[in-house]
Amino acid sequence: MTGFKKFVEKVGLPRLIIGSFFIVLIIVALALGLNAPFLFSDIIRRWMMYSILVLAMVPGVQSGIGLNFGISLGVVSGLLGAVIAMEVSFVNGWFYHFGAGAAWLTLLLALAIAIVISALVGAAYGMLLNRVKGSEMTVSTYVGFSSIALMNIVWIMLRFKNGQLKWPIGSGLRNTASLQESFGGLLSDPMVYESPRSITVYADVSDVGSVSVQQPKSLGFLAIDVNDSGFVLPLGLILVFALCCLIVWLFSRSKTGIALSAAGENELFTLSNGINVDRMRILGTSISTVLGAIGIIMYAQTYGFLQLYNAPLMMGFTAVASVLLGGATVTRARISNVIIGTLLFQGILTVALPVANELVNVSALPEVTRIIISNGIILYALSKTRGGNQR
Amino acid sequence: METEYLLSMNDISKEYFGNKVLKNVNLQVKTGEIHALMGENGAGKSTLMNVLFGMPVIHNTGGFEGQVQLDGKEISIADPHDAMNYGIGMVHQEFMLIPDFTVTENIKVGRETGRPSLVPVLDKVFGRDLDHMLWDEMAADSRRSLDSIGMMNIEEYAKVAGMPIGYQQFVEIAREIDKTGIKLLVFDEPTAVLTESEADRLLEIMRLISSRGIAIIFITHRLDEVMQVADSMTILRDGEFVARKEVAETNLVEIAQLMIGRQVDKLVDDSEHDPRELSDDKIALELVNYCVNMPGEKVINMNVKIREGEIFGFGGLAGQGKIGIHNGIQGLYETRGDVLIHGEKLDLSKRGEALRKDIAFVSEDRRGVGLLLGESIERNIVFSAMQVKNEFLKRGLLDRKASLKHTREMIELLDIRTTGPQQTAGSLSGGNQQKVCLARALTLKPNILIVAEPTRGIDIGAKKLVLEYLTKINREQGTTIIVISSELVELRSICDRIAIVAKGTIAAILDPEAPDADYGLAMSGLKREDVGA
Amino acid sequence: MNKKIANTMTNPDNNISERIKTLLFDNKVMIVFAFLCFGAFMVSGMQLEAVVAEVFTRIARNGFTVLALLIPVFAGMGLNFGIVIGAIAAQIAIFAVVYWRFTGLGGMMLAVLIATPLALLFGYLVGKLFNKMKGAEMIAGLILGYFADGLYQLLFLVLIGGVIPATDPRYIIDGGMGVKNAIDLTGSLKYSIDRVKIIDLALGLLILVVVITGVKLFLHLKKKRQLERKDLIIFAVVAILYAITYVPAIEKHLFADRINLIVALPLFLLFVVIRNLLAIYKNSKKPDPNFNRPRSIFYIALSVLVYILTYVPALESLIMSINLPVLPYVLITGLCAFNNGLLNTRLGQNMRTVGQSQTVAAASGINVDRTRVIAMMLSTLLACWGQLIYLQNIGTFSTYGAHLQIGQFAVAALLVGGASVSKATNKQALIGVTLFHLLFIIAPQAGNQLFGDAQIGEYFRVFVSYGVIALSLAMHAWQRKKPLEEITAD
Repeated sequence: MTGFKKFVEKVGLPRLIIGSFFIVLIIVALALGLNAPFLFSDIIRRWMMYSILVLAMVPGVQSGIGLNFGISLGVVSGLLGAVIAMEVSFVNGWFYHFGAGAAWLTLLLALAIAIVISALVGAAYGMLLNRVKGSEMTVSTYVGFSSIALMNIVWIMLRFKNGQLKWPIGSGLRNTASLQESFGGLLSDPMVYESPRSITVYADVSDVGSVSVQQPKSLGFLAIDVNDSGFVLPLGLILVFALCCLIVWLFSRSKTGIALSAAGENELFTLSNGINVDRMRILGTSISTVLGAIGIIMYAQTYGFLQLYNAPLMMGFTAVASVLLGGATVTRARISNVIIGTLLFQGILTVALPVANELVNVSALPEVTRIIISNGIILYALSKTRGGNQR
Repeated sequence: METEYLLSMNDISKEYFGNKVLKNVNLQVKTGEIHALMGENGAGKSTLMNVLFGMPVIHNTGGFEGQVQLDGKEISIADPHDAMNYGIGMVHQEFMLIPDFTVTENIKVGRETGRPSLVPVLDKVFGRDLDHMLWDEMAADSRRSLDSIGMMNIEEYAKVAGMPIGYQQFVEIAREIDKTGIKLLVFDEPTAVLTESEADRLLEIMRLISSRGIAIIFITHRLDEVMQVADSMTILRDGEFVARKEVAETNLVEIAQLMIGRQVDKLVDDSEHDPRELSDDKIALELVNYCVNMPGEKVINMNVKIREGEIFGFGGLAGQGKIGIHNGIQGLYETRGDVLIHGEKLDLSKRGEALRKDIAFVSEDRRGVGLLLGESIERNIVFSAMQVKNEFLKRGLLDRKASLKHTREMIELLDIRTTGPQQTAGSLSGGNQQKVCLARALTLKPNILIVAEPTRGIDIGAKKLVLEYLTKINREQGTTIIVISSELVELRSICDRIAIVAKGTIAAILDPEAPDADYGLAMSGLKREDVGA
Repeated sequence: MNKKIANTMTNPDNNISERIKTLLFDNKVMIVFAFLCFGAFMVSGMQLEAVVAEVFTRIARNGFTVLALLIPVFAGMGLNFGIVIGAIAAQIAIFAVVYWRFTGLGGMMLAVLIATPLALLFGYLVGKLFNKMKGAEMIAGLILGYFADGLYQLLFLVLIGGVIPATDPRYIIDGGMGVKNAIDLTGSLKYSIDRVKIIDLALGLLILVVVITGVKLFLHLKKKRQLERKDLIIFAVVAILYAITYVPAIEKHLFADRINLIVALPLFLLFVVIRNLLAIYKNSKKPDPNFNRPRSIFYIALSVLVYILTYVPALESLIMSINLPVLPYVLITGLCAFNNGLLNTRLGQNMRTVGQSQTVAAASGINVDRTRVIAMMLSTLLACWGQLIYLQNIGTFSTYGAHLQIGQFAVAALLVGGASVSKATNKQALIGVTLFHLLFIIAPQAGNQLFGDAQIGEYFRVFVSYGVIALSLAMHAWQRKKPLEEITAD
């Protein structure tokens, strides 16, 4: 009995419940005869698709700003980087000039622009959070919401030429822009390396109409369809995530990283060692925002679409819930929390959809599950950390 | 015999987790007298008051032994509300006032007068929640209470926010007086936050209140105030009852002596040969007109020279400013004046400058400032050296091998009882935590080591070890050590000289062998000459 | 000399220009918003009549919910984003009532009867939860709202029809599980509150007063409470008023369910004037330093000015064109009175104390947790009733969307009125709801005129509603930090 209790305490109640639920769901799914290779590749794909966004929570929490609901700032920076890169690529006819390499070039440009914007935005945002110590979470939630709403206005006012981005009629950018004719799937979709894609060329560059582009088969290891069974290993995506984790981990072992983590744990201790706590918090916020920007680009390339407007509104909540589910608290988060939390959270949602379709035929059930789990877990974490605190 | 006392607390004993903090203490207060309760920090005054008020902290830790009598009848006080019903009130050191409320609202808070609502059924459901507030009546009551303590010039409808501190204290007093049937009023260091004229006014009011038959227990450190207003006093020391004296039958010097007590034995054996040569020409640290703006521990115009290789002590009561000294040097609070390190001015505006000038600190607030409780011992020990001196780094990253090696050495050297370098600091005992703090400071290889409250909350064995170790590094490495402590015994056992800090400045610099009365008077901010003894 | 100190202390800024400065500064959000609305209106080219009429409709629709936010602010629990949960209770009740085919005012009363215990229960649970998260109520309320939405969706999408037997094809999705996306109240509960006639209200008031006076009389006879002359006067006045309703000339007006603004406005102005005169009179008898005499005079003058303006033909025709639904406005007035009345009870005073300092409250024997739970129960209940008023006016609502933005918009409206996390009044709530919805009405049109795209206006108003919340939360946190710095620096 006490052994069991200790086990529960160690694993954590939410993780235990959600974890068991996940396993039960998988068993049910297999019992229902759902296609196992597809199911598992879906789980891995979504796990990796979200994990960088969730990883963005770690530097924020470690530096003491708490759960960064304002990750939306990073998300919109990433989206902005992506649309600008796509427009530049289109207007300059990169695919016409460079062929297959253009997709990579666009991706790199998107990342570069996104990182620059998000680093600046993140620093400014960090300064704001330093002003509102103690209320970071409430403020960051609404700063996140506001940034999405502000960007809505920007999206609708942008006058782009790329047909993938703009509405065919009317003005502004589309709700959902396909990445089919850009960097979509480079790191996760075997199809990209199997068959050529037809890509529209901007009329001002050339009047060929479109070019056919085939990614070199030698890069096929980035997205492997294992034994052609339908089980896809998105190696490219996994590598990018692993690289991000490595960088975050190395940073956490550096002098600055250690100081940053101390700032989050004990402000007075850190001050007494002559370290500027506020600067550490700005740095943490900035890194978090940059990871958010990289995260959304990786997300979009996997998903195959850029979702503009209100689509990323609740993305911060998903990221927060995932890292909490992985065992993080409002004050401490580790890379392992990210990996476990994202697997559980996205795993459940992935399996829930086909299972629910088979069993009850309510297509909205996974969405309902997502809402209940993500907000339930955040509430649980808040009640644990702020329990009985008096102002 | 007992009936002549309003309150009598007999043979009160209290244990916290096996630690006896009160040992058969007696306290007797007569009706209408001002009775001073005296003792150093940690003498047991506040625990005794917690017993009197039935605070949860007493009942949650196994209650107490002994007997409390009011008007000759034994009573049992289960919670603060009970105490209020018995007519026992308290004027808190930190005001229990709401700034945005008016004086009347503050006086009546939680005890508002109301007219029952229309429907009795509702009253049954909601208690008296739906009472209509009768502010006019309450204002009249408040006026009466204020008048009765001579505070004609505080308007009952004015807001408390922005009032001078002294006035706020009078509002507190008026609130206690306003409670029906008040018999005994406890003043917990009421003059600590007041200006001199406000304090005089307060003492006057205390006399006024007592003249109307209300007994007062006056907790204070200020001997002169006691002599001024108190009728009698009880002195506690280390949780023990020392004496009950009538003020008329004693004098300042005697009281001071009783408070400090005889030094029992030296904690550290210093019979060994002392190789040091201290010289007034070699000054390690000098404070010149040094002020620190630390709330509750202000330092005001302090001047002192500390010699190289010396063990120098700062003593004094809590709240008098000794804690502010090192917090200022560390750059945690705003400072004025100069700090000279080996004759060189320290740039106090740059945080961390002291660390870079080879001064290391061990904070008095171990858990709040001294440690990263959630991190490993290893991380705690190497943190400062890494951040300040770039040690334990290899290609920009933490050098685990070096840091582990050093941590293991430190664990052995200071005899830290732990499961290993990876144990979190928060899970260590107080003594071992203190050793980790010390290890972190020593890792900086300091020239000057400032240790605040080195033995607070640690057991006697660890205490001895820490103090012996401080002496050892002083003798062997020539490190100048500054000890800031509330415990005179430990200061007197290791220091070469001891400065007693009172009212933010140095009252006296004494030899460890100086008589107890000198220490007692200095702690009150008085000098032997002043009292003519 | 000391007397002087006390006086200057309570009145730190006697200087008129200083006062105006503080006045402008305190109301900066409101002023900026008013300018924004004015500018947007000029650009939009909309008809003034249409805008004003729409504003009054929206005040009737949303005012109650915004006012429901005040009590938690009194109790120091901040802006209650959790009112979404009250709205959910209302929607469950409405669904049950329309499903069982009840209609009209009777149906609405049944909805109130079902919704009230639900809302109280929800409020109790929310309060209990908030007591576990002191200091994080706002973020907790926000997330709790989303969480409750998940449970609500589970109930309406899966349980109703799936577990709870329900088959009516009007409301249930084909296939038998889950409720349809929209619920139409036309012919059932639509306008059930808006269309209550004045005469019925008068009867209701009479019955209420008769019952209360009866209880008082009963208590008087049982010698439990002295019957006061005031009680009898109230009874007499109401009885006479009711008698007047039988005068044919008056009676025919009373069968209306709307009241023209040209009647309502002078009544309101009269109320303002009387209230301020009373305050001045009271103050002349017993001076109160917190009383602001020039302000009272200003309000009286303003009322008179507005009244004179109603004779300007252009304005007169504008005002004449506007009819107010009677009962919603009566309910809003009633809630304002309730909020004020609450502050004058022991419960209200306890809430204020708890809101100012939980430590002092606990030390003074106030049950802090209980007081906070009651505040949440009241707020949730009022929000629930507010949602009932809202839904019956809208007529058709989205099953899965009608409650989502309630907390968001109500909070934004309150803040626009100049309220903050720790201070809010009835007046701020009403001004806020007016300005906020004014922008809501105008923004799309203004966007269309400026950028040729109504969508921009839509997005702009959403941005403003989020932005105003973000800004005031940030400013509140900013200001709260300051006192600490001052202490360390003094």
